[in-house]
Amino acid sequence: MIAPAKPDLVTVNIDGQEIAVPKGTNVIEAARLVNVDVPHYCYHPKLSVVGNCRMCLIEMGMPAVDPATKAPIMDPATGKQKINWIPRPQIGCGTNVSPGLHVKTTSPMVKDAREGVMEFLLINHPLDCPICDQAGECKLQEQATGYGRGYSRFVEQKNVKPKRTQLGPRVTLDDERCILCSRCIRFSKEIAQDDVLGFVDRGSYSTLTCYPGKKLENNYSLNTVDICPVGALTSTDFRFKMRVWFLKQTNAIDTESSVGANTLVWSREGTIYRITPRRNDEVNDTWLADSARVLYKAVKAADRLAATETIEVLVARAAALFKSTPGAIAVVGSARSTVEEQFFTRHLATALKASAQLVSRVGQGDKLLISADRNPNVRGALVTGLIKTLPAQQLTDLAAQIDAGKIKVVVAINEDLAAAGLTAAQLAKVSIVYLGAHANATSAAAKVVFPTLTVFEKSGTYVNQQFRIQKTLKAVPAAAGATDDLVVLAQLVAAAGGAALPAELGLLWKVIAAEVPALATMTFANLPETGLVLDATPYAALPFVEGETLHYKPAQPAVAAATA
Amino acid sequence: MPAPEQHRIIFKHIDEPGYTNDIGCYLRNGGYEVLKKAVARKPEDIIDEVKKSGLRGRGGAGFPCGVKWGLVDRKSGKPIYLIVNADESEPGTFKDRYIMHQDPHQLIESTMISCFANNVKQAYIYIRGEMPHGARILEKAIAEARVANFVGPNILGTGYSCEIFVHRGAGAYICGEETGLIESLEGKRANPRIKPPYFPAVLGLYQCPTIVNNVETLCHVKYIAEHGGAEYAKIGTPGNTGTRIFCVSGHVQRPGYYEFPAGTITMGQLLNEVCGGPLPGRKFKAVIPGGSSAKILRFGERFKGKRKVGTELVDYDWGVEDVPMDFDSLGMIGTMGGSGGVIVMDDTVNMVEALANINAFYSHESCGQCTPCREGSLWMKKITSRMVHGQARNEDAALLKSVADQIPGRTICAFGEACSWPTQSFIAKFGDEFKQYPETKKTAKPADAVALV
Repeated sequence: MIAPAKPDLVTVNIDGQEIAVPKGTNVIEAARLVNVDVPHYCYHPKLSVVGNCRMCLIEMGMPAVDPATKAPIMDPATGKQKINWIPRPQIGCGTNVSPGLHVKTTSPMVKDAREGVMEFLLINHPLDCPICDQAGECKLQEQATGYGRGYSRFVEQKNVKPKRTQLGPRVTLDDERCILCSRCIRFSKEIAQDDVLGFVDRGSYSTLTCYPGKKLENNYSLNTVDICPVGALTSTDFRFKMRVWFLKQTNAIDTESSVGANTLVWSREGTIYRITPRRNDEVNDTWLADSARVLYKAVKAADRLAATETIEVLVARAAALFKSTPGAIAVVGSARSTVEEQFFTRHLATALKASAQLVSRVGQGDKLLISADRNPNVRGALVTGLIKTLPAQQLTDLAAQIDAGKIKVVVAINEDLAAAGLTAAQLAKVSIVYLGAHANATSAAAKVVFPTLTVFEKSGTYVNQQFRIQKTLKAVPAAAGATDDLVVLAQLVAAAGGAALPAELGLLWKVIAAEVPALATMTFANLPETGLVLDATPYAALPFVEGETLHYKPAQPAVAAATA
Repeated sequence: MPAPEQHRIIFKHIDEPGYTNDIGCYLRNGGYEVLKKAVARKPEDIIDEVKKSGLRGRGGAGFPCGVKWGLVDRKSGKPIYLIVNADESEPGTFKDRYIMHQDPHQLIESTMISCFANNVKQAYIYIRGEMPHGARILEKAIAEARVANFVGPNILGTGYSCEIFVHRGAGAYICGEETGLIESLEGKRANPRIKPPYFPAVLGLYQCPTIVNNVETLCHVKYIAEHGGAEYAKIGTPGNTGTRIFCVSGHVQRPGYYEFPAGTITMGQLLNEVCGGPLPGRKFKAVIPGGSSAKILRFGERFKGKRKVGTELVDYDWGVEDVPMDFDSLGMIGTMGGSGGVIVMDDTVNMVEALANINAFYSHESCGQCTPCREGSLWMKKITSRMVHGQARNEDAALLKSVADQIPGRTICAFGEACSWPTQSFIAKFGDEFKQYPETKKTAKPADAVALV
């Protein structure tokens, strides 16, 4: 790995604390490093700086030097260099550090400026916190409490603006709550590259809206809701469903493509209410696709499978199938399974003396957070040794072997064989053991069906396109009648005559670490929240399908580009 | 002391009988001779002359023009743009319009000299949207100048080329703020930019170095190129060189525009002698010396302090009538020379109502980008508007002052000052009138009184 260039460090003084920060850091970020909060609304670390909310006003000064000799002017009272304080407050977001910069965030001037801005922001705000979805995670609430005066002097009529504008299919806008910070406008323009939002009218009557004939309907529209510091932009899906302080947050991973965007799953009493992005500067910054936020609906989907028999009965039935057809068994694993499940799949295939194959899913990459590889864990299968080459989209070899009568039993794990190219006649010709959460053509044709879990009901790891291994945690308890994939797989391995493997993750990872050299030093518990990058060099020659996304550049040009 | 004579160098031909705005008339009066000589000189010489002249910007801030030109980033390799700020919108100011309507070629010649001096290949005249007639006159004048080879490719055979485009403004006061103007010229909302980093001299129009000068300022450049900076600096007073045009409006006998050497005339001379004094039977009450955003002066108040004359500090004790009308003197007494729009109010004016009018203007013109100005200007408007419509409270004066104090110095552009200074100064100078206003409202207005904002 090439070490990043050492940034030029600049020493600044914030509220009396000296700190060295990289050149180009602004005052808000520098202050964060010494645990000093500089309140702000319009500033967002991943968007351009506009300096319009004026909440981050700070007092700033530079060391005094003699204009003629450039010699430092000392303050006899303190024995240190004198500081020339600028008599007007400056914005922290738009002020980059410079050597010797001094900042005060608690002086009377700053306090007065913050109180003034807070008062101005609130005079035309509806103050409808009791019915506002943002309540509890609202910057306006937090900073009014922290930096406001706490009383109102405003006796005039408040401005009236549209209360429920549907900006697009997923975003509803309450213009009266809007504080005109323009984060959503900048996000749409700069990140989503879909410039549809703007202000109309002027002054305090400025109103956020879509351009005529346009809608906020790109697949990243809900990020505007996340970054809205107030309750103006709300998710149409989540609106009025639940107070946020009742919700439990669980770290998870977006499983819709190999990007592996980090997410937070918000649930209460076994029900998931929403999914939001979790910041990871190396993967998804602070963003998440809209499509990733509705994945939780799979948990309570109408087509969830539920067992009518005990798992022991089902395992015994599968074991009987395994015994009846030795040497004629195929295992179809999944690149959507976790690393742990793939590890078990490998053991199952070994025990059954069967070959394991995976199914590839390829779509159009959006160059942001959805890659062309729509499987979240192809690289996990490579790392665990389940596969040596990249999977194909169709199971043509398996189909031929079934037609030739060489395969009598197929174990399908989380994969619909019909979708992977097997015909109904081929499915009918073999005995299928199916593991999966939802009903499909394969589960309908299967002799044995193990209802298993969705990603939100289990913990595990995924290896994304950067070979970054990341952890997802169980957000809600398993649905009734469904069993953890690892429990089912452990029992199937045992039934096939393989080694006894623990289904509990802490114990399992000791086995994984011992068997998989790439993961030798890891445990499940100590895997960092932002993941760990594995050595990708053994796989450098493989023709991965991904093109460029937000924090990923393919090591070699995509296959299509190479052959073109 | 009698008032000095008018000294018209910019308004030399304004209202001259028989003087028309076509190029023929301009050439007959010696037009474009300065440009012909200028293009034979070294551009740096002209910049030096402007620096020597001490010319200060006439748009409002009074920033030295030579310094502004000196700040331009000439090493970036990017093109340099020049923008003529003809978005004359400050209430009480009406000087640039006369130049454009009656003597457009003076502006075009001055612009071309300034472009040549700064190696500008493309200039824009950003004219206020509400001045369509002026825009048509300028378009015609530029076409005439192009035919005569004063504008366009290979000017006067020198190999130097420069185009001028007229761009009509977007109908907002804030379009006159230089970075707002640049945004508007780029086709966006005129939201002023944050400085740093977007100083026009470095990152201006299309992120290229840009010079933005007021119409009148550029016209002075032509005079400077003709007569030299040292000669120009002899007009007026040190630090306030050249002439100033005063646009006097309101309650005087002869409102209008008057051009005097800067600093040579006092407020009293201007209003009493030049403009003929107050209307019959009335008395002067207040005057705003530099456009409606400048702080108001109350007749009868005294200003004391020390000022620099040459190298010495001299005591001064002025009434409003004694104040010399230049940037520095007006600055010393807590107001500003601004754009030269002198607004006079006599004893028939109720100051609460006058402020309500000003606040209505500024709240309508705030771009809405940054919080203190957006919310503060409308709040002040709502307070004064409520007061004049009969719901005045005793505590309103203190509240107005407190709201106004939360705005200046905390905004992206100078509009924060522009919208809060009137309120601050009205309350400071006429606080009693604001406190008594609930009582005042109990007296019925004459039937023919104008409607209130």
